[in-house]
Amino acid sequence: MIPHATQQLSGWGRTPVTECDVYRPESLQALEALVTSDEQPNIIARGLGRSYGDASVNDGGGVVLATRLNRMLSFDADAGVVTCEAGVGLDELVNAFLPKGWFLPVTPGTKFVTVGGAIANDVHGKNHHRDGVFSNFVAWLDLLLADGSVLHCSRDENADAFWATVGGAGLTGIILTAQIQLLQVESAYMKIDSRRCKDLDEVLAALSESDGRYRYSVSWVDVLASGAHLGRSFLANGDHASRDDLPGNTTNPFATRDKRKLAVPIEFPSWALNSLSIKIFNEAIYRTHPTRNNQIESYDSYFYPLDRIHNWNRVYGKRGFTQYQAVFPPDQTEGIREMLEKLSAASLGSYLSVLKRMGPQGEGMLSFPFEGYTLTLDLPFRKGAEPLFEELDRLVLNRGGRLYLAKDVTTKADVFQAMYPRLDEFRAVKAKLDPHNRFSSRQARRLGLCSNGKAAN
Amino acid sequence: MSTQIRPTVVVLGVTSAIARATANAFADAGHPLVVAARDETELDRIASDIRIRYGVDVHTVSFDATIQTTTESLCERCIDVGGKIAGVVVGFGFMVDQSTGQSDPGVVRLTMDANLTESAVILERFAAHFEDQGAGFIVGIASVAGDRGRQSNYIYGASKAGFATYLQGLRNRLHKQGVRVLAVKPGFVDTKMTWGLPGLFLVATPDAVGQTILRAVQRGKDTIYVPWFWRYILLIIRAIPERIFKRLSL
Repeated sequence: MIPHATQQLSGWGRTPVTECDVYRPESLQALEALVTSDEQPNIIARGLGRSYGDASVNDGGGVVLATRLNRMLSFDADAGVVTCEAGVGLDELVNAFLPKGWFLPVTPGTKFVTVGGAIANDVHGKNHHRDGVFSNFVAWLDLLLADGSVLHCSRDENADAFWATVGGAGLTGIILTAQIQLLQVESAYMKIDSRRCKDLDEVLAALSESDGRYRYSVSWVDVLASGAHLGRSFLANGDHASRDDLPGNTTNPFATRDKRKLAVPIEFPSWALNSLSIKIFNEAIYRTHPTRNNQIESYDSYFYPLDRIHNWNRVYGKRGFTQYQAVFPPDQTEGIREMLEKLSAASLGSYLSVLKRMGPQGEGMLSFPFEGYTLTLDLPFRKGAEPLFEELDRLVLNRGGRLYLAKDVTTKADVFQAMYPRLDEFRAVKAKLDPHNRFSSRQARRLGLCSNGKAAN
Repeated sequence: MSTQIRPTVVVLGVTSAIARATANAFADAGHPLVVAARDETELDRIASDIRIRYGVDVHTVSFDATIQTTTESLCERCIDVGGKIAGVVVGFGFMVDQSTGQSDPGVVRLTMDANLTESAVILERFAAHFEDQGAGFIVGIASVAGDRGRQSNYIYGASKAGFATYLQGLRNRLHKQGVRVLAVKPGFVDTKMTWGLPGLFLVATPDAVGQTILRAVQRGKDTIYVPWFWRYILLIIRAIPERIFKRLSL
């Protein structure tokens, strides 16, 4: 028996909680021994646990924490190319390389994800309209297969394995190492132009109009605004600030002042979260964010406002929440209106709701983003929520949209399969790389992601 | 310590989580390192990681705490690659489940050899070197398990108790020469030794322990418990009379 901890595990959404046997190898040899052993019917890799749903939980099986396999192996300071193990956190990359003038080429809204997690979910950020997904900057990756062999994958070598692994939710094998191209920047600061948009039409128009001019763009939507105000938003466009954008007396453009870290020490009781508290919160955000140009903000507060608050997911209490994210084709923005109307009618608010225009689709077989608009909502689980989620799923499907594996926790297999036309292609590669389904997760079984669409075991 | 270029620190057994974190802490404070371990693949990976993150020189030396030829020459090999050495951290160790040792004499020998005998063999060479140099520090990772023998872990505990006593004597011997000897006694630290053990509480991260060790070296401490409150837990455990203690299931 290999030592493991039996833990009650969930994704960042805190639901569902399932009992998993958790392993944490500290050497490559230990990881390989675990993968090739007959410990557990199946296993799934897990990084920092920021996927919201059940992608990195495995009830009745093993979970392999990658966090101790976090060694940086090489760095080319001229080209900004880093090779590192998959357990390295994006926060560690920022800490190591931002002082040298290199930033993440693509970053999600938290820096507490591992490189392996960023690849397995093919994450995107506020620059998707222009730079695409994380895998665009992955030159190659080494994948540990079920038989203990290591497969070197890139666009040229074992390309099918590469495109199944990016966005493949950890089901092809365990990502060991990857090479990543970083982005050169002149400072640790952002230059932000922001504006208020009074309704959905205005924000959609503003997003299309301004996206060509900024590397980053994102809009926050007040979900509880209804009627004439439906889609009321606050749009923040930004670029990395150049040296000249900073005050003349700046000595080190890469130094930022650490803001005080906050924490949510307890699980909030369910009554603390209601449409009134959300309404007040959203109203306050809207009012405190006027239209302004050329604001200088640190990268941390622009990209990772919630990272300051440790365990912020606890505000959703014991029942947890889901981050519901859908992408709609460019000509189906009515879908966004319908979603907002449904939520407004159900008084199901969301503290943080984000609307963003997405650029062209990547090549990952299960990679989420495609060209159009994506709406992201944090929706609390409460009585009657699940039928509503199911309704939303149908709405998204009917509008030609789709949902994101990194977030999904309730979708039905048939709905998901209809959303991802390349699923069979993925299953074929999965069957070739992992014929006995050594790698599986609760999500994989729920959605039938493994070969033949059958539940893996 | 000099202000500009900091002197080199040797970390033995750097593949253990506490030793790696201690190496990180010294590198973050600007010290070049010599790191040593048995598994060369892991050793090289950890060395490049430290170079990239902290921008210090890191040399590697391989050794196996159970092979005498590699331990006897270890100090000289570290000096060969590292030049002037400011201090050494003994971070390697061997622990398996107590019951394994009860039925396997090889495990008892391995435990004593790695944690006590070869640690002493290695440190005698470093001690002589620091004595000649008239300066230096030695850090040994002992254990709270050495403070009192318990049925669940007494083979390991005995090896660490021996090691702690060894460090005590060494400290006494080297004090006049300006060489500091620090014994570190970790309680529960989140490493592979404790991963999955039931009933753990107040577990410290390796990073926190590494930082604490660095500070203790800078302040010239003799013995530290990490986290600090383990000193008081052990004070209570040691105070229990043996005629009662022997009946407990600890």
